[in-house]
Amino acid sequence: MQDSSTTTPETLVTADGVPLKQKLIQSTRRARWRALLLTLPLVIFVLVSFIFPIGQMLLRSVNNDTASSVLPNFTIAIKDWDEQGLPPEQTIKLFVLDMQEAREKREIGKTVGNLATRINYEIPGSRSLFTSSSRKLARVTEGPYTEALLEISEKWDNPVLWRSLKRATSDFTPYFYMAALDLKYDDEGNITEADELYQIYVSNFFKTLRLSATITFICLLLAFPVSYLLSTLPLKTSNLLMILVLLPFWTSLLVRTTAWIAILQTEGIINDILVFIGLVGDDGRVQMIYNQTGTIIAMVHILLPFMILPLFSVMKTIPPSYMRAASSMGAKTFTAFRRVYFPLTLPGIAAGTLLVFILAIGYYITPALVGGEDGLLISNLIAYHIQKSLNWSLGAALGSLLLVIVLVLYWLYNKIVGIEKLSFG
Amino acid sequence: MKIKHFLATSALTAGLALSASAQANEITVVSWGGAYTKSQVEAYHKPWVEKTGNKIVSEDYNGGIAEIKAQVEAGNVTWDIVDVELSDAVRACDEGLLETIDASTLPAGADGTPAQQDFIEGTLHECAVANIVWTTIFAYDKSKIADGPKVMADFFDLEKFPGKRGLRKGAKINLEFALIADGVAAADVYDIMDTPEGIDRAFAKLDTIKDQVVWWEAGAQPPQLLADGEVAMTTAYNGRIFNAVAGEDKPFEIVWDGHIWDLDLWVIPKGTPNKELAMDFLAFSTSTEQLANQASYISYGPARKSSAPLVGKFYNKDIDMGPQMPTAPENLTNATQNNFDFWADNADQLNERFNAWLTN
Repeated sequence: MQDSSTTTPETLVTADGVPLKQKLIQSTRRARWRALLLTLPLVIFVLVSFIFPIGQMLLRSVNNDTASSVLPNFTIAIKDWDEQGLPPEQTIKLFVLDMQEAREKREIGKTVGNLATRINYEIPGSRSLFTSSSRKLARVTEGPYTEALLEISEKWDNPVLWRSLKRATSDFTPYFYMAALDLKYDDEGNITEADELYQIYVSNFFKTLRLSATITFICLLLAFPVSYLLSTLPLKTSNLLMILVLLPFWTSLLVRTTAWIAILQTEGIINDILVFIGLVGDDGRVQMIYNQTGTIIAMVHILLPFMILPLFSVMKTIPPSYMRAASSMGAKTFTAFRRVYFPLTLPGIAAGTLLVFILAIGYYITPALVGGEDGLLISNLIAYHIQKSLNWSLGAALGSLLLVIVLVLYWLYNKIVGIEKLSFG
Repeated sequence: MKIKHFLATSALTAGLALSASAQANEITVVSWGGAYTKSQVEAYHKPWVEKTGNKIVSEDYNGGIAEIKAQVEAGNVTWDIVDVELSDAVRACDEGLLETIDASTLPAGADGTPAQQDFIEGTLHECAVANIVWTTIFAYDKSKIADGPKVMADFFDLEKFPGKRGLRKGAKINLEFALIADGVAAADVYDIMDTPEGIDRAFAKLDTIKDQVVWWEAGAQPPQLLADGEVAMTTAYNGRIFNAVAGEDKPFEIVWDGHIWDLDLWVIPKGTPNKELAMDFLAFSTSTEQLANQASYISYGPARKSSAPLVGKFYNKDIDMGPQMPTAPENLTNATQNNFDFWADNADQLNERFNAWLTN
């Protein structure tokens, strides 16, 4: 190094003899590190509040450690079972002993009740078999254990149940994703479609996509003229109008949603007016809420600012002289709009639609309040499994699928529109 | 850390104030809100607070064990004692989410009968102690329907009684009611529901009124729906309708045919820092006198036999409470107890089907 710097006189060196280039790299690297250090709080925040929970969710959707932690010895023994008839006496003995120990210990998350809940997902009606057998098994002290078990209930004489138990002992399971896609295991352990009467998730995913697309489209239709007006009016008036746009934006979501309930319900303001002016009879009041219409109306209103703001900021940058130039060259107003103005607003449209669509697809509280039954979105089903049925794994699987759908759509969007074109102004 | 601090302060207070027996503490009691919570506040909370000098924070919820599960699994239990339905008590107990309760520590009845014999059969559980018997009935506004419905079949008869119907959102009770309306005797309803054909039959019956149904979730909603004229008839917890009639002079009428009664029980989430206080409150509130007292605020039957003779009139009106109870003989001609074993086994699957049915 030293040699080269002395033999080639053109290389600039700093006072301490280090080549300038090297020194420069060093100092920019230090600056970059310092900049990175500044972002560290954000990075940690995102890790803790975003990446970690999502990782947890993904893990929970495939995690299957209930059976193996309740029945540790049985879990090892059942691996050798050929899935024909009943498992051998030795394996069933371990099952009985494990059940007795789990009942004794009652550790949170590792009880017979947890196991019963898990198996009951796949074989409805088996929960009480596990819990009541567990109580009766406390008295069983010696073999033959198979006989003792069958004496407690004949339902144990069922290879389907044992096959399901064996599946449940593996550490990871695709079961919850299957359930989220309306699939199930049949008696032989093959994956088949769930009974039509129990299918709910796939159709709901499609409905969520359809409703979100509708909401996004309506938002665009409504927001475009408003944004245009805002961007062309003199500053004083446009500021005033902007406040009108932003005011609802600052109001609590719950307040706005309940306001819609007051307006739209059958005994609400709009229906009262319709009845008053005689457009409909008192018994013919229009159902505008607690259905898909209600969800669409309320969500369009709530998401509208997310469309207006990017559109407005993009339109603001389009000089009015472009349209004048187009007309001076003979373009009719519509042609000028279509060929000149509209293409220039595309980055704003792209940003607005993406924003509204992604917000809509995961919306929860508004459909829960005004959606009734057919206006519910997939997030409401997720909430149901987290809050009511307590099948958190299925909730996690549904959530993960929603995440995948958003990512795929984003990728498609990037392919078609190009994310670098997107502009918030 | 908190507990340590608390112990230190209480030791200090004890040292300073010699008589430290009345150390004021606080427990959180969670129940179903509305008229029901009010009856508990009057009959349980106030006397207990007066007696012990402790404080009670009263919280409302809509049933289920989601919150208990979340709190216990996170190791951060803030609910000290919760009023739950039997099927939830059994499930939570099976999953190890509840403290076990030794029934022999409960006070004997006023007549000296030990607690285990004094409580009605089936109302004491490994992890729970029942306080009341309640039921789901259906009710209507008699000022709007002159010659009102008499039997469950009328609830599903849109021709005879046009108008919207209120039902609790979920499969439980609705399937039972549908089958009873379809001609099944209340006593046989769970045998029928144990077959796939029975379930199909129940859903088919629900289909006939589906587009007229307003779904409710909180117990306080049905009397409100009736009062607002949103529905012509609604299923409801009998005490809520009774209180709307007795307390607010609403012209509602209860139809007792085919009602499905159930228990409400106190449970203590595992790991609550106030276990002993919660246990003390539980024992106090389920004593003969308090249970009988509660029955004068709402028409739910006390779980102790020794309370029954003490049940008198509504607290501020001349209404005998006896005939308003779900367990009054004249109300039990066509009724049955909610089969918690059936619902423990089938709730997941049937609610799945119910949700699919609802959205399609």
